[in-house]
Amino acid sequence: MAEAGADPDARGREAEQASGSSFELGGRTWGSRLIVGSGGFRSLEVFESALEASGTEIVTVALRRIDPLSEGSVLDVAERLGVFVLPNTAGCYTARDAVRTARLAREAFETEWIKLEVIGDDRTLFPDAVELVDAAETLVDDGFTVLPYTNDDPILARRLEEIGCAAVMPLGSPIGSGMGIRNPYNIEIIVEQSRVPVILDAGIGTASEAALAMELGCDGVLLASAVARAQDPTRMAVAMRRAVEAGYGARRAGRIARKLHAEPSTPDAGMPDLG
Amino acid sequence: MLIQLNGRPAELPDGASVAEAIAAAGAEHDQRGLAVAVEGEVVPRGEWEATDLRDGQAVEVVRAIQGG
Repeated sequence: MAEAGADPDARGREAEQASGSSFELGGRTWGSRLIVGSGGFRSLEVFESALEASGTEIVTVALRRIDPLSEGSVLDVAERLGVFVLPNTAGCYTARDAVRTARLAREAFETEWIKLEVIGDDRTLFPDAVELVDAAETLVDDGFTVLPYTNDDPILARRLEEIGCAAVMPLGSPIGSGMGIRNPYNIEIIVEQSRVPVILDAGIGTASEAALAMELGCDGVLLASAVARAQDPTRMAVAMRRAVEAGYGARRAGRIARKLHAEPSTPDAGMPDLG
Repeated sequence: MLIQLNGRPAELPDGASVAEAIAAAGAEHDQRGLAVAVEGEVVPRGEWEATDLRDGQAVEVVRAIQGG
């Protein structure tokens, strides 16, 4: 008979399943808390390998003018892996453009889901808060499930939730910067106040930063460049999957308080006198 | 007539449909993940054949790419 606990990994998985790591987003239940962007990969083959390794159930795609010369399709990859395709409004600078792009995406992908991006300039790619709120209002009224990429601004996040967005997706740092989470305290405030899922979107560079997002209480992490532009994207995808799981597990487990001084983990009582 | 097709001038027969513009853009009608806007407004897939274009209109034919 196998000794109980001989396989700590299996025990951990059981504990995780018992506590439930799935989450609700847009009225659907998802098993993976990692969402992967499809941009920046060297090839479709690398993309497919990394996507599969990430264990994700949602992948973002963009809309662009048709190019008759392009071969293969991100949609074929998503279909092969059974991954949900989440269109975005990447590259839109105004609410008007974002709304029109979202409507095109709804037609192209037969989905009401949209990752809403309305950026302010091409140097920072920070969201334009005014245009973002405007677009979100229009799209929510139009029946979309709106997932807005937003600043790490708790007030803006609250406004987006009040409008009826299905989640709020604050940035950790600028898109593609790999700078991690520049303002973890704001992310904590957003988590604390939000009743919709909080997805850390943008800025993740490596696994510890994805874990930190989950430890701060985020419901999920959306990343692209960290995997796509890693030297070994498939290996990084595995690392990110584990990081998100580890961070979520640590959050659920409840970390110890930080203290300035040591607290012995071994009792002094019973210490032998060795002369 | 002359339309703007994905940002470039394109000569199409007078009264050409949206479906003809899609073909001129190099796309297959049954291609998945395809969408069309005329003057910024979406034309649903079911109306491509029946929607005629007018001279000078701007037509955008888009599809999914890796991004975001």
